[in-house]
Amino acid sequence: MDTQMNMVSAINNALGTILKQDDKAIIFGEDVGRDGGVFRVTDGLQAKFGEGRVMDTPLAESGIIGTAIGMAIAGLHPLPEIQFAGFMYLGFDQLVSHAARYRMRTRSTISIPMIVRTPVSGGVRALEHHSENPEAMYAHAGGLVVVEPSGPYDAKGLLLGAAKLKDPVIFLEPTKLYRLFKEEVPEDAYELPIGKSKVVRQGSKLTIVSYGVMMPAVKNVVESKKVDAEIIDLRTINPLDDATIVESVKKTTRLLIVHEAQQSFGVGAEIAARVAEKAIYELEAPILRVAAPSLPYPDPGYERYYYPTEKKIGAAIDKVLSS
Amino acid sequence: MGFLLIKRVFEGAIDYLQVMDEQGNIDQANFPKDLPDQKITDMYKYMLFARALDAKMLSLQRQGRAATYAPLIGEEATQIGSAFAFRNQDVFVPNFRQHGIFLVRNFPLDNFFVYWKGYEDGGKIPENFNGTAVCVPVGSQMPHAAGIAFALKHMNKDAAVIAYVGDGGTSEGDFYEALNFAGVWKAPLVTVIENNQWAISVPRKDQTAAQTLAQKAIAAGIKGVQVDGNDLLAVYKAVSEAIANSKNGPTLIECVTYRMSMHTTADDPTKYRTDEEVAEWQKRDPIARVKAYLVKKNLWNDELEKQIADEQLKKIDEAVEKSEQFKPDPRSMYENVYSFMPEELKDEEDAATASNFWQ
Repeated sequence: MDTQMNMVSAINNALGTILKQDDKAIIFGEDVGRDGGVFRVTDGLQAKFGEGRVMDTPLAESGIIGTAIGMAIAGLHPLPEIQFAGFMYLGFDQLVSHAARYRMRTRSTISIPMIVRTPVSGGVRALEHHSENPEAMYAHAGGLVVVEPSGPYDAKGLLLGAAKLKDPVIFLEPTKLYRLFKEEVPEDAYELPIGKSKVVRQGSKLTIVSYGVMMPAVKNVVESKKVDAEIIDLRTINPLDDATIVESVKKTTRLLIVHEAQQSFGVGAEIAARVAEKAIYELEAPILRVAAPSLPYPDPGYERYYYPTEKKIGAAIDKVLSS
Repeated sequence: MGFLLIKRVFEGAIDYLQVMDEQGNIDQANFPKDLPDQKITDMYKYMLFARALDAKMLSLQRQGRAATYAPLIGEEATQIGSAFAFRNQDVFVPNFRQHGIFLVRNFPLDNFFVYWKGYEDGGKIPENFNGTAVCVPVGSQMPHAAGIAFALKHMNKDAAVIAYVGDGGTSEGDFYEALNFAGVWKAPLVTVIENNQWAISVPRKDQTAAQTLAQKAIAAGIKGVQVDGNDLLAVYKAVSEAIANSKNGPTLIECVTYRMSMHTTADDPTKYRTDEEVAEWQKRDPIARVKAYLVKKNLWNDELEKQIADEQLKKIDEAVEKSEQFKPDPRSMYENVYSFMPEELKDEEDAATASNFWQ
């Protein structure tokens, strides 16, 4: 049976499914219990599954991620929530020094199956540190799977797919999309593959690669400009499914990459490098990126100048098609 | 005009425990319960074993047959006394200096040498080891310990976690966060602070203004005790009691000991501490006092000591020999990161394998 769900309900539904399927799974973090999370993503789960399965913790991000690693070592399946990606840097050491390395350090005798969920992205006029897009940092570490869904259906399927992995997963939830739109989402469990991107629109003149928070904007611009563009939603950032991108670029000969995070050293740079290595002679135009300026996310007053808006995406499409 | 009402809302104190003094005399009132002579003799043998292993590692390192190594000499009572308090089901969470405990827990010695030669292959955790990997970033193992302790309780297991941290590690945020989480959870976590007085070149007094490290327990609402970390019996007693009490919550045990040697083989302690200080601590050697006690009780003699030293050296040499048969395979770097093989990583691995760069 399908139900209309926004992303918050879809993730809530997926978390409930995981708790039901897997008695080792445990959700914890700041305000996730009684309060149901500051975005209400875990709403009702503590009442349904009890304080032993959905638990509030002291306010300490390194403690949350570090204890999650310990729980995973001991055989539980921790699903910690970090309240905002901008506060997750306090747990960054635990992620890159331990979660990412533990399997390698012990030559696969100990794995760290866990999913760290955290809200990302801007565009919602939030205070400083509430609009971060840190995906490239986690992807760069090596050893961390990084996933960012772009809608309710994908969010549930990717979360259930991630729950089957024995690896540490960083699950980035775009706050801007939490309640932006609803989709038909099956009540039953279904998994989307981790590490595979999806061609969400066929086209022949241009390939646009994006993910997560920027996907609705990309689709809007393409529809309104009536561009013959192929759109690829990465779904998973690390490992990056470059095969789908390269295949598409060979067909369209043009590539535009759109992400909300800063441009320099971002995910777009990695995609551009791989396409250059694997298909540069297929290209008829320079690869372009639409991304944020290479500076930290500003306070909300300046956000509209900083943000990779639909206008900027439209201009980039014109440019890449005309060169 | 009003009166300011001053009310004391909290009182706390930290006890110091010593059972055996520097001459091997016993405080009978504090002698650990159920501790037969045989067990003390066994512990003594492991203290010798740990020191012999340490000496071998230093020699291997100086010959270029091992990478950087963190010696344990001087800290044998803290390590062996606590390790003998473990029950089989208890989980051991080390930092990077608890080699003596790896011995007691029967970690494959050849793998130990492979690891310290610089290969993760030696870091494989055996099924029955009940412990975590060596942890290099100071203090960062502490949240893992708290998480494991939570999990044990969550799964209704009758087991505790015994975690190790240095005096320097007690300044890290992760140390406080872990104690705080474990306190809230009433998790079965026993934390042993191996206070060896020096965090590389920074002395204990410059690490914190707190009079003891054990009192850091007070803020987390858990038990704290300070023991003579060069006193095998005091360490054994404190850790045994903390384990027995772990179903009621965590305990922090500060073992006051001394790092007789360098921080690691890359360090030169003569730059920052005096020979006089080292000589003072030499008088408190943890091994000498147990020997004095055992000899007094006619449980030990030089002949036995010679015999056990030969046996231990033989074991060590055999393990070193076996470890030197180890052949590293660079592909193992690529194949042990994820539970699956990402295509890009596979391509990188294949390209490297096909090249001659590894030859």
